[in-house]
Amino acid sequence: MSVASQDTTIRTGRVTRALIYLTLLLFALFYLMPLFVMVVNSLKPLHEITSGNMMALPEVWTIEPWRKAWSEAQIGVQATGLKPYFWNSIKMVVPAVFLSTMLGALNGYVLTKWRFRGDTILFGLMLFACFIPFQIVLIPMARVLGIFGLAGTTWGLVLVHLVYGIGFTTLYFRNYYAAFPTELVRAAQIDGAGFFQIFWRILLPSSGPIIVVSVIWQFTNIWNDFLFGASFADFSSQPMTVALNNLVQSSHGVKEYNVHFAAAILAALPTLLVYIVAGRYFVRGLMAGSVKG
Amino acid sequence: MQSAPDFKTRLQVWLPKLVLSPSIAMVLVFVYGFILFTVYLSFTDSRILPSYGWVGWENYSKLFRLSHWEIAITNMAIFALLYMVICTVIGLALAIFLDQKIRGEGALRPIYLYPMALSFIVTGTAWKWILDPGIGIENTMHSLGWESFAFDWIKNREYALYTVVLAAVWQTSGFVMAMFLAGLRGIDNEILKAAQMDGASNWNLYRRIIIPQLRPAFLSAFVILAHLAIKTYDLVIALTGGGPGRATELPATFMYSYTFTRNQMGIGAASATIMLMTIAAIMVPYLYAELREKR
Repeated sequence: MSVASQDTTIRTGRVTRALIYLTLLLFALFYLMPLFVMVVNSLKPLHEITSGNMMALPEVWTIEPWRKAWSEAQIGVQATGLKPYFWNSIKMVVPAVFLSTMLGALNGYVLTKWRFRGDTILFGLMLFACFIPFQIVLIPMARVLGIFGLAGTTWGLVLVHLVYGIGFTTLYFRNYYAAFPTELVRAAQIDGAGFFQIFWRILLPSSGPIIVVSVIWQFTNIWNDFLFGASFADFSSQPMTVALNNLVQSSHGVKEYNVHFAAAILAALPTLLVYIVAGRYFVRGLMAGSVKG
Repeated sequence: MQSAPDFKTRLQVWLPKLVLSPSIAMVLVFVYGFILFTVYLSFTDSRILPSYGWVGWENYSKLFRLSHWEIAITNMAIFALLYMVICTVIGLALAIFLDQKIRGEGALRPIYLYPMALSFIVTGTAWKWILDPGIGIENTMHSLGWESFAFDWIKNREYALYTVVLAAVWQTSGFVMAMFLAGLRGIDNEILKAAQMDGASNWNLYRRIIIPQLRPAFLSAFVILAHLAIKTYDLVIALTGGGPGRATELPATFMYSYTFTRNQMGIGAASATIMLMTIAAIMVPYLYAELREKR
């Protein structure tokens, strides 16, 4: 359920209202401040940061830090910039999002329209899997990926994100399809439509909004993951978050804060863009993961 | 026609379960199988690699004698309490304020919520340098002429943990706001109007009628925040790396370092088991209640 438009009937005086507006604006500044600092300082030469004022606009505007963060910065042993890691993230995110959403849709379909005894328990088991602290699976996962030759590969990470993502995608589609009239499914069945036909022809065409929710949620979560990337990836598969952390934490050389800020924005940009374009669906996904039903 | 179902009909009967089975199998193996394996390892003498010599409760008794672990769980208690309380207070306040027919609500809401779309590594990086005395707020105040201004919490063993709270609150309080706002928008205005007729003050309306009706939102916020708090890992890694010293060490960072860098896998597995138990104690009753209601 997204935020409805009905306001409260509470009435407030003028002074109270002024204070409320002031508080709301101050908090808006609080939330925007780090983004402002990141953007402004990523466009400054380094000496303006070290010698000056973090809140000030650049005296000399430059996009050099961005270029450096993207293609030159020293990350780990090589001076590659974030570019290869960006592609690593893309190669990991696209199949993981696609597969987990597809499986989630099928699972939600089965769990609402083809119910059987014990289906709620199975769903409960899948749902609990979303909330486990992933530390509990790190050791065996490292072993299993090693055994299957997937350690350090993008496909290994895809598998990991698929396994720990289907709980949420199943939740979305289950809740969504629960509201879909079962009579339509039964009618199609009587007309001789099979399991997959019903799914393709009847449910999927009206699943647009929930597919968007699921894709956005999975994209954001998987793009932002750090723990699995740091545990199971090597240079050929490390995602953006791990590269950003390596860049910022690296102890050798001068700390190029402007490059760090540019890199942080680069790592945040894809999810931020999705949020700006389709924030409504993102919020819906968030809420479905907390206030169910 | 009715008798002896042919292969196709029988397939149609089994197809739904067949389609569900790969997901179920994955969850059973990769979640529950792995949990059992890790719990088992916590009772073994595993060091750099898993090994299967049974040692009983030894890892747990060692774990609770480690000052490192004591610091991690003390930090977790302080962090979780402050994080949950502050997020709830800010979230509720912002939601109530936004609910007062605010002009520009449509612009404010996304501003409060956008940090949820960011990676904790990005948040950690931004706040790490904002709080850094050398280039951040302290330096800025100095350059503006306030020479005596000091704000070095992130470098200070006593206060570093509060910087983690600050960054975590920044990231998730907007989300809590959205949860409360959804709750507020679901409240029936007729009751409020009736109470207003009876001359109830705004304060009493909120205290006696509105906030009690937000119980489900409070419960959801508590569960979500508690589980986020216990899982906090990336943020600490990016913001403080667990330091200075061990000032911001949490169970998640403890588990990682004992398992993968200190080669004490048995103890690492024991700490992971305790993290799981804590989360399960909160999540299992909640999910159970949520799924039961639906039937």
